[in-house]
Amino acid sequence: MPFIEMDEVSKRFGENEVLRGLSLDVDEHQVVCLIGPSGCGKSTLLRCINALEIIDGGEIRIDGERVSGSGVDLDALRQDVGIVFQSFNLFPHMTVMANVTLAPVKVLGMNKHAAEGQALHLLERIGLAQKAKEYPDRLSGGQQQRVAIIRALAMAPRVLLLDEITSALDPELVSEVLNIVRELALDGMTMLLATHEMGFAREVASKVCFLSDGFVCEEGPPEQIFTDPAEERTKQFLRRIIEAGRL
Amino acid sequence: MRKAPLVGPIFGTILFPFTGIPAVLAALTSRRLRTTDRHRSQVAAERARNLTQYSIGLGLTLWSVLLIVAILTLNGGAVRSGFFDLSAIWDARETIWKGFKVNISAFMLTEAIVLVWALVVAVVRGLPGKAAAPVRFLATAYTDVFRGLPAILVIAIIGFGMPRAGLPILEGFSDFQYGVLALSLVYGAYVAEVYRSGISSIHWSQTAAARSLGLSHSRTLRYVVVPQAVRRIIPPLLNDFIGLQKDTALLSVLGTLEAFNRARIYANTNANFSAFTGVALCFVVITIPLARLTDWLVERDQARMRANG
Repeated sequence: MPFIEMDEVSKRFGENEVLRGLSLDVDEHQVVCLIGPSGCGKSTLLRCINALEIIDGGEIRIDGERVSGSGVDLDALRQDVGIVFQSFNLFPHMTVMANVTLAPVKVLGMNKHAAEGQALHLLERIGLAQKAKEYPDRLSGGQQQRVAIIRALAMAPRVLLLDEITSALDPELVSEVLNIVRELALDGMTMLLATHEMGFAREVASKVCFLSDGFVCEEGPPEQIFTDPAEERTKQFLRRIIEAGRL
Repeated sequence: MRKAPLVGPIFGTILFPFTGIPAVLAALTSRRLRTTDRHRSQVAAERARNLTQYSIGLGLTLWSVLLIVAILTLNGGAVRSGFFDLSAIWDARETIWKGFKVNISAFMLTEAIVLVWALVVAVVRGLPGKAAAPVRFLATAYTDVFRGLPAILVIAIIGFGMPRAGLPILEGFSDFQYGVLALSLVYGAYVAEVYRSGISSIHWSQTAAARSLGLSHSRTLRYVVVPQAVRRIIPPLLNDFIGLQKDTALLSVLGTLEAFNRARIYANTNANFSAFTGVALCFVVITIPLARLTDWLVERDQARMRANG
């Protein structure tokens, strides 16, 4: 049974129908990459999974349990589903340490000391332990995004959603963030990522989904999608990416 | 190239001829050289501009000072002796201070109440969901009504009405306490709006980040949104508090013996208004540090924003 199941999910903002009956499965320990043109619904899809956006139709299940619609404990759902945003969204009035420990202490009820120990361990892993007492505005974009990733990991989520996490970064900072994602993939973390980094998607993805007009236009193993796409729209998209020198 | 204007320098000459006349001359030089020596013409035009600015700045200041001096000295110095009689102010110092202590305790107490009360109102106005609609409406109605009412009217209604209403607890309040209650209601409405604008100025992505970590609506407000909002609203908040400090003089309508009331009594018995000036000085003296603090906080915030940008 797939770990995340999206069934005919639809979502509209006013007149704008962003997701039109989108179905998608993610198995446990899989890394699924969502690619597609801007506005195709990648970000919205991710936000729907942890209910930052409420879907208008269809159903989403995680580990067999319905997590959309009424009667769902959203706060509990979100503990299991971590998300990292394009613009980092660290809390600017808190130190790095406070950013990482806030949710474990306040939501999981972890004691402060244990949470800080865990945070320090995670910070060491990404090489930022010496920044624990700094405020986010003293960090580079790449460092901020790495902190944002471990802030999500500190809640020990079962799935991690990554929403174009390198799009706001200077090119030379991209690799330090992608390296972490690569490591997480090796550790078997279940991840769903929206990305414009085609090379990276090709390397880490278990499955690549091409989204267009609010549904999954084509999906398959990365080699097939990138070298031998079946759909005309996928071909067009990839041609433009290649023209831009991004693949 | 444009002709150097003459209107400004002439206006400057009227206000302050010492720099005004050189400004006119420079402007004329600039015009004379406009076609023959472009560079020197531009230099002269710039000189004319600078001198004009000095003329207007210095002139306006000079004339304002002269006007004030004239008001104080004309008519045999009636204004000076009636309002700025230092010996009378000194003579009234004890009664002024005794009254002003009442103002101070009134605004300090009100400020403490308002800080908490207004936050409650602002948070209630932002409660999500249909179930909260009635309380949201109540909070909205409260801010609308009390921002629209003149403070003096609220003070009068509460101060004169409550003692006759026979309500438990409220019945036994002193005039001072009714006054503080009324001011808290009025300024609570203002400050609730300040809080609300601060809360809504925090970008939605901060809430998204907090909620996605599993924090509830109230914890998100408490740990993420409000702490950031409070930093931003300090300047407008202090501004409202300056207004509040001044409005404590309105407690005089209830007969509270605060500074203004005592000054009035002094003025009536001694036929000299200088006690009012003494009270005015007190208000200014406590307001100026707060105003400078506000400026400093705004500047610091802007400097920080530039540093981040």
